[in-house]
Amino acid sequence: MSPRGRLIVFLFGGAGLAVLFVLATGHLPDFGGSWHPYGERTVSNALLRQTPNVVSSINFDQRAFDTLGEELILMASALAAVVVLRGVRAEQEEDAGAHAYGPAEVFDALRITGYLLLPVTLVAGVYIVAHGYLSPGGGFQGGIVLGSAIHLIYLAGDYPALARVRPVPMFESGEAVAAGVFVLLAVAVTGHVTAMNAAVGLEVGCAVVLVLARFFDQALLVRTSS
Amino acid sequence: MADPVVVAALLLTAFMATAVVLTRDPACQAIVLSAYGLVLGILFVVLQAPDVAMSQAAVGTVVVPLIVILAIHAIRRHHIRSSGDGDAP
Repeated sequence: MSPRGRLIVFLFGGAGLAVLFVLATGHLPDFGGSWHPYGERTVSNALLRQTPNVVSSINFDQRAFDTLGEELILMASALAAVVVLRGVRAEQEEDAGAHAYGPAEVFDALRITGYLLLPVTLVAGVYIVAHGYLSPGGGFQGGIVLGSAIHLIYLAGDYPALARVRPVPMFESGEAVAAGVFVLLAVAVTGHVTAMNAAVGLEVGCAVVLVLARFFDQALLVRTSS
Repeated sequence: MADPVVVAALLLTAFMATAVVLTRDPACQAIVLSAYGLVLGILFVVLQAPDVAMSQAAVGTVVVPLIVILAIHAIRRHHIRSSGDGDAP
């Protein structure tokens, strides 16, 4: 596309975004004010359901809808990363063991910190997923913590160990199954918050690991065969 | 808006965002971006959105800078391979 064509497309999209943005934000309540129309509506809706826990009801009943959207967006981006960054014909992948990628020369302090933080972070992630219905957090947040926690192994300098810990096919099927389970739970409206959280956490954690795995492959293992 | 903590957090966020833009080297920029992600997480806590702050802390300080660093590393590897015939480290 020529620069001129791109500019026209941008101006078109930008103008549309500006109009929608002004329309959407024009009637928002003032920052830090005491008038909370959204809060009043959600709380009265939650009270209609006769729930014992209003906060959980808002988080997991009324807002499960946007968790579904977020989760499917994440799944789409993970899929895109896997498709775009796959090995093409002119490239070939090297075996992780063929390199001196690990255990690498890192400071002992960094290595020990990584190994000490790994179990702590994993437990914190599981806690955030499991306790999400009572405290801030939930499946999405806990899943991201779990997914990024595994990469502490890489930061501690051991890429082969990281590659052994996360077999990609298992994470691919884990992500797909978890996304399917979440959609089923959301459609069936079972209202089982813990199961829903676990499904979201599994899906998000797998997606983060998969996206990062593709980037690791590109950065460390893929090369163009001459 | 008069809450001094909110004002301080907003100013800190604006400062870090400017620092990200003014850092020229992409690899350094990834580190500054990580710090900016942390500051943004603090802003979310101050604005009483702790669950958003949690995802922000994980994605903004770990995942995004790591992806940027890996992408830069991949580009450098391909450059070294295509220019000299030498083996990339």
